[in-house]
Amino acid sequence: MPTTKRTVEVALGTSGLDESGRPRRAPITVNEGGMVTTLEPPMPLEPELAGEHMLINIGPQHPATHGVLRLVLELDGETVVRCIPHIGYLHCGFEKMGEYRQYNQIVPWTDREDYLNSIGNNCAFALGAERLFGIEITPRCVVLRVIAMELSRIISHLVWLGTTCIDIGAFTPFLWSFQERENVYDLLESWVGARLTTSATRVGGMAADIPDGWTDKLRHFVRSFPTTIDEVDRMLTRNAIWVGRTIGLGALSSDEATNCGLSGPMLRASGVAYDLRKDFPYLEYETYDFEVPVGTHGDVYDRFLLRVEELRQSTRILAQALERLPDGPINSADHRVVLPPKHKAMSDMESMIHHFKQVMEGPRPPIGEAYVAVESPKGEKGYYMVSDGTAKPVRWRIRPPSFVNLSAIPKMVEGHLLSDVIAINASIDIVMGEIDR
Amino acid sequence: MTVDGTRLLEIVRWLHDDPSQRYDYLSDVTAVEFRDPEQPLEVVWHLRSLPFRRFLRLKVQLVRGAALEVDSVWSVYKGADWLERECFDMFGIRFCGHPDLRRILMWEQYREGYPLRKDFPLRGRFSRSEQLRQALSANPEARYSMEELSITQAFEDLPDEMRRRLAHGTPTGE
Repeated sequence: MPTTKRTVEVALGTSGLDESGRPRRAPITVNEGGMVTTLEPPMPLEPELAGEHMLINIGPQHPATHGVLRLVLELDGETVVRCIPHIGYLHCGFEKMGEYRQYNQIVPWTDREDYLNSIGNNCAFALGAERLFGIEITPRCVVLRVIAMELSRIISHLVWLGTTCIDIGAFTPFLWSFQERENVYDLLESWVGARLTTSATRVGGMAADIPDGWTDKLRHFVRSFPTTIDEVDRMLTRNAIWVGRTIGLGALSSDEATNCGLSGPMLRASGVAYDLRKDFPYLEYETYDFEVPVGTHGDVYDRFLLRVEELRQSTRILAQALERLPDGPINSADHRVVLPPKHKAMSDMESMIHHFKQVMEGPRPPIGEAYVAVESPKGEKGYYMVSDGTAKPVRWRIRPPSFVNLSAIPKMVEGHLLSDVIAINASIDIVMGEIDR
Repeated sequence: MTVDGTRLLEIVRWLHDDPSQRYDYLSDVTAVEFRDPEQPLEVVWHLRSLPFRRFLRLKVQLVRGAALEVDSVWSVYKGADWLERECFDMFGIRFCGHPDLRRILMWEQYREGYPLRKDFPLRGRFSRSEQLRQALSANPEARYSMEELSITQAFEDLPDEMRRRLAHGTPTGE
């Protein structure tokens, strides 16, 4: 498994507070071409101003908090001593509402929780529901869902890249990445008719098959997209300002990251090679040839390198999925769960009964429970569903990756400067719709 | 796998530490309340072992009528912090040993109960007009919790009248 390349070494374990409870600076050394330079020696702290700590409030309406996150920071000079996050401003009660809806009616809410990964959430939810119902999906549907999930990973990482650049002060990559994002949204629009809130899956299949000529458009995207990644790579990876603003920030060791329950790029940047696509495969991901990038230092710079590499790997998966896309139906033939085709519902007695029962009562899963987790762009996105045999779930739970990732923010920002809080917060890749649900 | 609630922490610690188990990753903490009011509430932990690629679902049943209490696994998994707070916020299950158990998604002054319980109506306990009245009469200054105000002793510096209004907020943890 490859690790992310880097030229700058950062001493780990120095963030946080020292024995006397004062914030400590991480010494940064540059190790390039054999030459070791100490950029910043362990700095003596400014004389303390007689314990006059300042309390400042960022958010919930601050553009750099990526939504309605509110951070209350206790500052010693410009150094963060304590960080208290407040969330819940976007709480919509999706889980509660899900208990009053049939399974297919829940799909639109999965669009709206992590709205940058909507079609990926649709697929994840459908996988969970299918495990609960105990039905198999068709080979074409499997490959289409892989394509959907990788496209949404690309969208999400591009938005992350663009907004993080804006936060840190680079404007150009934002335009490049949002331009590519438009291309992906155009693809989704011509497939399912919607750009952001796709609602593309149904239990047992997809809402629509891809239109004619769609694979050519996707093939064109797969060919052209790596150019943009390379441009971003050239612009940022060895850019002195970018490196200076990101390196050594918010570093977490692999033990800390695992123990805090981080997942996705946050965990892998800390050196834990854990990717659900490899470790607990779904949708036949184990048959695709791709690599999971792993960082070594767990700082903001590693998370950036890692996400850029994931964009490349997603493109690789897309190219392989296009190769193997089989013909055939997209929906399962189990008509107790999937609606029969309209012409059969009008001509065939049994299909009409299935159609009637499904529309009037909704498909009923057996009594049981299912937890399906997928590797969303933010991390382990899980759907836990409990059924008591009726058409509506007893409990529908979203395991939100950015919620757990955000819970480690006090650990990451304490001891850093106020301006670095923005960069660290951006590196978590939070979506408040998913955190507050 | 359903375990005895009183031995939960012991079992989780063994699962985490034992070299043959090494469940070092906590995916999720949540709870399930069934529609049948006789059935006990279930608290569910999803654990993963990253070295062995294993997955385990632990459950504790909380019988009706008794206090909804279970041990916190925060001392083993720091990631349980917010997950347990959310579970407390939504179901009213107290996690004993959690360092900072207070509401997380709902605001601290929220008094309507626990939204994901089955006896909680979908539209909330109060009418729309009552909810609007409460929102309009809320203190705009009460956005900081008492704990945060104590950080800078700012509370002492507030005008008397504002201090009186803020003091109506209950301390955190309740």
